[in-house]
Amino acid sequence: MEHESRLERWLRGIALALVVTFFMFPIVWIVLMSFQTNETILRMPPSLLFTPTLSNYEALITGRLVSNAGVLEIEFMSNLMNSAILSVGSVTIALLLGVPAAYAFARHQFRGSEDIAFTLLSFRFAPPLLVLLPLTLYFQELGLADTYVGLIWVYQLICLPLILWIVRGYFEDISPDVEYAYRISGHSWWATFRDIALPLARPGIAAAGLLAFIFAWNNFIFALVLASADKQPVTVGALAFVTASGIQYGQIAAAIVLSIAPTLALALYAQRYLVEGLSLGAVKG
Amino acid sequence: MPLAAAVPAPPRRRFRIGPRLLPYLLSLPALLVCIGILIPFGTAIYYSLQRYRLSQPWARSMNWGENYINFLSDPSFWNTLQVSLTYTVLTVGLELVLGLGIALLLQKRTLLNNVISVTLLLPLMTAPALAALMWKLMTNPNFGVLSYLVGFVGFEDFRWASDPSTALLTVVLVDIWVYTPFIMILLLAGLRSLPTQPFEAAALDGVPRFVAFFRITLPMLMPYILTAALFRMLESIQQFDIIYAMTQGGPGDTLTVFQVEAYLNFFQSTNVGRSAALLLILWAITFFFSNLFIKNWLRLRERARGEH
Repeated sequence: MEHESRLERWLRGIALALVVTFFMFPIVWIVLMSFQTNETILRMPPSLLFTPTLSNYEALITGRLVSNAGVLEIEFMSNLMNSAILSVGSVTIALLLGVPAAYAFARHQFRGSEDIAFTLLSFRFAPPLLVLLPLTLYFQELGLADTYVGLIWVYQLICLPLILWIVRGYFEDISPDVEYAYRISGHSWWATFRDIALPLARPGIAAAGLLAFIFAWNNFIFALVLASADKQPVTVGALAFVTASGIQYGQIAAAIVLSIAPTLALALYAQRYLVEGLSLGAVKG
Repeated sequence: MPLAAAVPAPPRRRFRIGPRLLPYLLSLPALLVCIGILIPFGTAIYYSLQRYRLSQPWARSMNWGENYINFLSDPSFWNTLQVSLTYTVLTVGLELVLGLGIALLLQKRTLLNNVISVTLLLPLMTAPALAALMWKLMTNPNFGVLSYLVGFVGFEDFRWASDPSTALLTVVLVDIWVYTPFIMILLLAGLRSLPTQPFEAAALDGVPRFVAFFRITLPMLMPYILTAALFRMLESIQQFDIIYAMTQGGPGDTLTVFQVEAYLNFFQSTNVGRSAALLLILWAITFFFSNLFIKNWLRLRERARGEH
């Protein structure tokens, strides 16, 4: 493979440039768009030369959109807040419930443990609407329809299996001998779990938590079906915003940028965790 | 890399921490949360056996398998099945080819390659629903930059998602943008974990590179390809976010894949029975593939462990 001809190097370079262009262009273009007024956006042919403006972001942050058609109230900031509450809440709960369960599955071969673990995993792959549609009717009866609690509970469908399986893999990779020795010297199982097992599995817990956060943030269908207007996260809010504001393209672009910025920043910051998490431990880089 | 990686896997020593009940106690909370989710699953089965329209609550009654039998003579069901399968085959097929191609381009561990593979994570981390909105802005017939660009290659007035003949291609394109990096990452990791000896031997023997690719690389990479393909198939046949955010299943019934059709049945025509039956058929399909996937994935994971 060392003997690469010049032609080959050129072709490889061109192919890579095309790949990067295809995958980066939409993000770059939307970011550029978010700094333009509607006037420059609508100008044909599209141009990279424009005076950047912060007015789109201002309108979103102050929540008031002044246009020819009058003043439009935007709830977008509360959508961002909802996304943060739902994602952080779901991941916290999923970690509290999932890490001990993952430890139990990794360390104890108890009756039905594999079946239970597989059932939990298969939730990850069932069509979400199958559960969501009946739940809309239950949520009304239970009074959960308009609460964060109800949504965070349903978000466990995404977060819990992910955390359970990734963290379980990490616990299984750690030899139980250290824990065994610690136990022999008279510590309780809880102290062993807290002082030995948890710190050793920390990278796995971080990877799983990060991935669960991103999936929760990016989720669309759960909130679309179950969330009332004032509990909607950005994914649903942005779509509603497109319908409501119609032609305010600059603001739509700015709303999209604000919505995807948190997950993209997290991904770049912690990319080394992502790869293993994404493949559910199928590949060790 | 896990700490114990260097140590050969010791024989599993089972030791009892506390009472026999402990593992149950540890996993019980997680189970309880999930059992709450199993109840609606049962409800969905029950609904699917009923004639149940939210708009006609008085006419609600059990009709047993009628919803399912009706599908046989229901052209819109066959349309749903056909669109879903076409979407799945197109997205997974194209993403595999592209993902493998890109992984091969990035195989060498150079700084540039690593930087590129990290930037390719970004589309994957974008919410699919928002990705669809981004592409919607770029394909707007009035000012969309892509509509403008395809004009140069002779597609005047190209209508993307609003034209029935190109709507499927448009959503497939968005799917490719979001999910190709997933396959790329998995295959890249797979490629980099392959042993080097067979390739060196082949090079010494003067085997042409494309022969080596088909005879050595591809077979050795196959478990990774299979796992990635099955995982993506599972997600792709259930695709909702991209299609709903882009066109709500339209124009007409061009893009009414399973979950979109079920959603519209439930909320627009309020036909709960048909909606539930559709979802159960989808569930049966995904259940089959998820078993295949889990088997494959566990085998791959065992192997990844064995190598360390």
